[in-house]
Amino acid sequence: MTVLLDPTMGTKTEAIETVARPTSISGLTIGLLDISKARGAEFLDQLETRLTAEGASIKRFTKPTFAKPAPVDLRHEIATSCDAVIEALAD
Amino acid sequence: MSLPDGIVAVVKHDCPTCELVVPALAQIRESGSPLTIYTQDDPDFPAGMAVVDDTNLDISFHNDIETVPTLIRVADGVEVERTVGWSRDGWRSVSGVSDIGAELPEMRPGCGSLSVDPAIANELRVRFSSVPLQARRVDLATLEDPIEAAFDRGWSDGLPVVPPTEARVLNMLDGTSRNPGDFVCDVPPDLAPLTVEHVAINAVMAGCKPEYMPVLLAAVEAACSDEFNMHGLLATTYFSGPIIIVNGPIAKAIGMNSGGNAFGQGNRANATIGRALQLIVRNVGGGRPGQVDMSMQGSPGKVGFCFAENTDDSPFEALATTRGLAEGVNAVTLFAGQGPSPIIDQLSRDPESLAKSFAGALKAAGHHKLVIGFDAMLAVGMEHGRIFAEAGWDKARLAAELDQLLLLDSDELIRGVGGITEGLPEAFAGSQLPKYRAGGMNIIHVGGPAGLFSSLLTGWVGGAKGSELVTKEITP
Repeated sequence: MTVLLDPTMGTKTEAIETVARPTSISGLTIGLLDISKARGAEFLDQLETRLTAEGASIKRFTKPTFAKPAPVDLRHEIATSCDAVIEALAD
Repeated sequence: MSLPDGIVAVVKHDCPTCELVVPALAQIRESGSPLTIYTQDDPDFPAGMAVVDDTNLDISFHNDIETVPTLIRVADGVEVERTVGWSRDGWRSVSGVSDIGAELPEMRPGCGSLSVDPAIANELRVRFSSVPLQARRVDLATLEDPIEAAFDRGWSDGLPVVPPTEARVLNMLDGTSRNPGDFVCDVPPDLAPLTVEHVAINAVMAGCKPEYMPVLLAAVEAACSDEFNMHGLLATTYFSGPIIIVNGPIAKAIGMNSGGNAFGQGNRANATIGRALQLIVRNVGGGRPGQVDMSMQGSPGKVGFCFAENTDDSPFEALATTRGLAEGVNAVTLFAGQGPSPIIDQLSRDPESLAKSFAGALKAAGHHKLVIGFDAMLAVGMEHGRIFAEAGWDKARLAAELDQLLLLDSDELIRGVGGITEGLPEAFAGSQLPKYRAGGMNIIHVGGPAGLFSSLLTGWVGGAKGSELVTKEITP
């Protein structure tokens, strides 16, 4: 019988339950995360207008660069100050 | 496995010389010296003599028996003297029996010890290894093909891998002085902690030889540094992957190619070191195409891209030297990019003209109206390199010339100019802008003797916002 060594570290992925989708936007704080790609902000501006009209308050955030994961402090700030977040992808 | 004091003989039945020396062994026993005979293949050999069964080869393996018969004198638990095969003088010296084997020929070579038989050497290596391998063992079914099993388990980059058996991994670990359990780095995107053992497992799968391990370890550490940003490089929709450039005498020592076809196929070290890094990103880091790797088209270099710089015939200092290491130091430099994109110039015979040709290609990288965001690696070919050497241009001189030539009139780059929507915002109009950020344009010397060509390895997002070049010294 052939025995091989597992080339992976055998790490298990853990499923994290997402927060239940809000039934209404009114009164919620929505984070809008600009990932610093060209024209992403324009898209978020439109979203801000529409979400505000529906009664949400908006917080805007920006990643320093689209080429790297968002810094942990930024992720923490969004998680603790917003009810929901929309991350704008560009291209 | 220490040997008992007195005289120790290791024999096997399937060896004519061992049969020949049976009378001499009897003489030693008659002399009254304590004699212990270990037999490798037949516990009844030599017939009628008390022997110790070493058919599991434990004693033979741990006492480096390469030939049978081997005769050893041991005092106070320490080996004092050893002779192999049959030689009357040797046996007399070790045994102290003055008339030993008087009727035997003067000497007779021995046979190979079973403990070094190539057919079972790997099995013994595993059986007696003191190296604690921690990886999960995967038992394959009898009818399971190990190469297909690796595909089925998602361990492959699309090409067959060498099945990572314990014996192969132990052999691979011989290539480094580091311990198998030593931590190397966290591998993106999962930030999984990587050990030397798992570097070796993936190196086996990629087809590496043990002597490539120091280069691979340095490359993995460089790739997983914050500055290199392997996570972003993997996740991008762009084409780039990690390119490993090797400097120093180790390149030749392990047979790397820096000459003809250095970017291409045909050299084991070039092909497998780059591949091993990518297998580690896949298998340890969890970076797979279509998942975290979102490259729109990818590039063939993402299977693995590794080569040595041709410094023997170079008009330039080595890349690692430019990057701040002492001359002649073994080093890897990691560059996030793709290529090569050819540069043809068969007519220029002076450096000014040739530099302008290079600048033309460098301007076009990515998009001729986009600037600053890119890095580049200009790979000057040998015949082009000679033109700079003959004119007395070193790397700094060429780089300075290119910096000038790549200072672009921003009015030509504005969105809409030339009927091309792509370009820079209007706010940049009326200035001179460099195509590459400061320090983003690198020059190396690569390739074989024939062909008036050079090439460009184009980069990804350069600098702190993307990936920075990382140079790391190679240590054993």
